[in-house]
Amino acid sequence: MAQMTMIQAVTSALDNELARDSNVLLFGEDVGQSGGVFRATDGLQKKYGDQRVFDTPLAESGIAGLATGLALQGFRPIAEIQFFGFVFEAMDEIAGQAARMRFRSGGRYTSPIVYRAPFGGGVKTPEMHADSLEGLLMQTPGLKVVIPSNPYDAKGLLISAIRDNDPVFFLEHMKLYRSMRVEVPEEAYTLPLGKAAVVRPGKDLTVIAYGAMVHTALKAADQWSKQKGVEAEIIDLRTISPIDIETIVESIKKTHRAVVLQEAQRTAGAGAEIVAQINEHAIYHLEGPVKRITAPDTIYPFAQIEEEWLPSTERVLTGFEAALAL
Amino acid sequence: MLQILDVDGHVVNEEQLPKLSHEELRAMMRKMVFTRIWDQRAIKLTRQGRLGFYAPVAGQEASMIGSEAATLKEDFLLPSYRDVPQAVWHGWPMYQAFLYSRGHVHGGQMPEGVNVLMPQIIIGAQIVQAAGVALAFKLRRENRVAITYIGDGGTSQGDFYEGINFAGAYQAPAVFIIQNNQFAISVPVHLQTAAETLAQKAAAAGIPSERVDGMDVLAVYSATKRAVERARAGEGPTLIESMTFRFGPHTMSGDDPTRYRSKELEEAWQKRDPLVRFRSYLEGQNLWSQADEEAVIEEAKTAVNEALAKADAQPKMTVPELIDAMFEQLPDDLRAQRAEFVK
Repeated sequence: MAQMTMIQAVTSALDNELARDSNVLLFGEDVGQSGGVFRATDGLQKKYGDQRVFDTPLAESGIAGLATGLALQGFRPIAEIQFFGFVFEAMDEIAGQAARMRFRSGGRYTSPIVYRAPFGGGVKTPEMHADSLEGLLMQTPGLKVVIPSNPYDAKGLLISAIRDNDPVFFLEHMKLYRSMRVEVPEEAYTLPLGKAAVVRPGKDLTVIAYGAMVHTALKAADQWSKQKGVEAEIIDLRTISPIDIETIVESIKKTHRAVVLQEAQRTAGAGAEIVAQINEHAIYHLEGPVKRITAPDTIYPFAQIEEEWLPSTERVLTGFEAALAL
Repeated sequence: MLQILDVDGHVVNEEQLPKLSHEELRAMMRKMVFTRIWDQRAIKLTRQGRLGFYAPVAGQEASMIGSEAATLKEDFLLPSYRDVPQAVWHGWPMYQAFLYSRGHVHGGQMPEGVNVLMPQIIIGAQIVQAAGVALAFKLRRENRVAITYIGDGGTSQGDFYEGINFAGAYQAPAVFIIQNNQFAISVPVHLQTAAETLAQKAAAAGIPSERVDGMDVLAVYSATKRAVERARAGEGPTLIESMTFRFGPHTMSGDDPTRYRSKELEEAWQKRDPLVRFRSYLEGQNLWSQADEEAVIEEAKTAVNEALAKADAQPKMTVPELIDAMFEQLPDDLRAQRAEFVK
């Protein structure tokens, strides 16, 4: 088995699926000749030709609309939105068009499309590159939203997303692209969409996180354990729409306390939805209110103060303490 | 601007006169008369609350039917909300169009072999999708064409430019038809753009374009045929601007054209009525008679009644059916929500 970074795992998944199914197409800005701004598609145009892996004109709605049209004729498009912040340009074709196609046509037409986009803070990007806009996508019926936290999951989840017969938005946190290397099989494998993973067992507090915040949570939990002997159980959601509430409830039955941790601003996002579902399914197992640890409700502060804006290990630990004391 | 028949139905451009059989010519007339009667009936039905959303089409029959007639059944049609006639003439059963207007899930279930997408509400979304459909045909080396429609106002949308530009960049087999009916709801074309014509917008995408008299079914047919053949021959997309006019309101949802159109303007366009013009031409060739006209009128009335009866016979859809149509496999949470609607 090879050691791969997350970006290599993404490339490997794309490679496997391009080889497996001739209906899979890969396109977006700079994905062809150049291999993508992060090299996610490196070498794939050379390997599969410019009919399967190709550059598009620089227009996000055009890219998403192209995907909708290609899917109408039986292709399985993987469309790259170069940075997630550019998704506003493509929202009609994603939320207004592709995600509604199955209903509008009574199942005659579907949208087996994967939209891939890098996102996330901490890598000093310009404006509109780092924003966590996943809450917008969760408000879109008919669309699934996947956010992996490590190379192994990224590959298995991306392959599942490509094989899914409904549209999936696949978000790749930029800070995770090259921050770790783990064992990843060269061959294809799948991980189920909509299924969370318990990445650290613990008995005292349930922490629900996704993407890069899983690692912040792990760091905070290890410090907490060393300093205070308190054990947090950490759930990596992996898919934020739909949410795997079952895994969350099972954990809360054990710990009786929970916090939700997200990099996104606070209001009406993944965290809010998780708290609402916990309220519906596990409130009698709780000994205190569920706390949200998030960024504040502002626009993403590009570069200068991003480290203070993003939930830090310290702020997360303070949040853990507070949740236990409530 | 390409014109083949003048307002009196005289051939003014012998060279461009399409070589159509008598049957083909009569079929176009039949469809135009049928569509006019269907439109009148649909307006009444909408007023009675028996149809859902409806956008009247009278005045635009030559643009609609002349262009659709130039395609083959295997070509894929992406209509906007007013383009229900083309969709139906391309194979969408009328009763399903009625169901679709009511929001019934069966409405959009195109039968196998019908190459039509459901009418698009979002202005311009169909243009970028048409580029995708056309690229699919090119990648598969299928000898098919994507044909799509937009209005004059729609050409102001970013998606309009993105779609024609993508199709141009990929030299994809697409035909984009602008039905310039002079008003985007109430806003006239001169307030919409400084461009002298909408056809000239093709230059920005590097694709050819043509402006036609949209009240002349032979001109629309001829220009579309040329565009479709170019696309089929691998020569890329074409933009057509069809100069037309809707005689009625924008939709049946409260629009009052007297607020933004003068009586003089409406009368001037009424004189160019596409049915009158083509009828004069065919009558001059002894290809159409009063009896033919009356027979089509009866045929249309019967067909609309039958389609309506068939739509009415369809059981009302349910919320669980709606939920079932969201995903191939329902997520647990949605399955639980579904249970709330099952008695």
